[in-house]
Amino acid sequence: MIALLIRDLRLALRAGGGFGLGLAFFLLLAVLIPLGVGPEGGTLAKIAPGVLWVGALLACLLSLDRIFALDFEDGSLDLLATAPIPLEGVVAVKALAHWLVTGLPLTLAAPLLGVLLHLPGQGYGWLLASLALGTPALSSIGAFGAALVVGVKRGGLLLSLLVLPLYVPTLIFGAEVVKRGAAGMETGVPLAMLAAITLGAMAALPFASALALRINLR
Amino acid sequence: MELVVQDLAVARGGLCVLEGLGFALAPGAALILRGANGIGKTTLLRTLAGLQPSLRGTISAPPESIAYAAHADGLKATLTVTENLAFWAAVHGTSGVEAALERMNLTTLRERRAANLSAGQKRRLGLARLLVSGRPIWLLDEPTVSLDTASVALFGAVVRAHLAAGGAAVIATHIDLGLPEAQLLDLTPFRARGEVQASPGFDEAFL
Repeated sequence: MIALLIRDLRLALRAGGGFGLGLAFFLLLAVLIPLGVGPEGGTLAKIAPGVLWVGALLACLLSLDRIFALDFEDGSLDLLATAPIPLEGVVAVKALAHWLVTGLPLTLAAPLLGVLLHLPGQGYGWLLASLALGTPALSSIGAFGAALVVGVKRGGLLLSLLVLPLYVPTLIFGAEVVKRGAAGMETGVPLAMLAAITLGAMAALPFASALALRINLR
Repeated sequence: MELVVQDLAVARGGLCVLEGLGFALAPGAALILRGANGIGKTTLLRTLAGLQPSLRGTISAPPESIAYAAHADGLKATLTVTENLAFWAAVHGTSGVEAALERMNLTTLRERRAANLSAGQKRRLGLARLLVSGRPIWLLDEPTVSLDTASVALFGAVVRAHLAAGGAAVIATHIDLGLPEAQLLDLTPFRARGEVQASPGFDEAFL
């Protein structure tokens, strides 16, 4: 399974691997929003938590269809399904690899982009915490969506439509953490909800995804 | 390991394509599948490999003893030859990447990216994966596609060595691999009449 993780990271970092696609999108969004909204610090500070979370979510969505589609097309997925590692493990490792090349860079870049959006000073820690806690759920749920549409040619649209509703709770609670944190309010409840969604997704979805893959491979 | 198949019925796209199929394959034996295009050779091999459920019948060997070589080689274009093969060796928990490269005559290409290989070289690399899988039963689906005569002979020798070591192979091919002792199985008599499955299970809608 470590070999699979290393292979996926290596593929992502080599030419055409898609590393940086989500990050670049996130960067563009955070640069363009202040230009579109105008320079008033008050307005920007107000919308900053929501914009940063929506940006991270959409950036994550961009690379989802790569999780299984490439392996399906070149036949690797068939071979992985017959390999000694359980398919549930394959899904979990691929979701982890997706998080490492998408969610983690987004999390680390977000505080920098928060400056562009006039995020109040006390919100930065919460932004980092909420993204670190919430983006693994985005990768897990995304891997499930990708497993469902893996046999569909150009399944990107279908994948977005399937996955976006499942992303809504993560978005709501994640943005709420940053909003409350930036306003100096108590953040325990949304943070706990966010953690619950992430843990639940990471625990249950590899099994559902593996089942979907098995059906799609027939 | 012995592979015994009894009264097997396999389906493609929800339609039964082969039924009543049975054969026994002892260690060291090879079985060559024959039959017109579309008769269900690939479907049969995928069913034996455990990638899709059979409609009826039993397969004695567990999927863990079977290595399946499909039409697609499962290569990553941006990885080198060695990296591609080393990955599959690591997945199967085996070593012997260098030996496998040597036997498939890929040693001089080991640092080349798979994207820059010719079709035949890719195929040889895909077949080298069988050697690092360490599994006794090989299922080969048209293994000689895009191989030249020298490579076909090379691969025939690899299969013979595998059989001599107590392995078994089921091969769907129309090309002579140089396996005179292999049994031939013509699938034509087992062709199903294409009746729709009588009682599809809940997830059979995805078939």
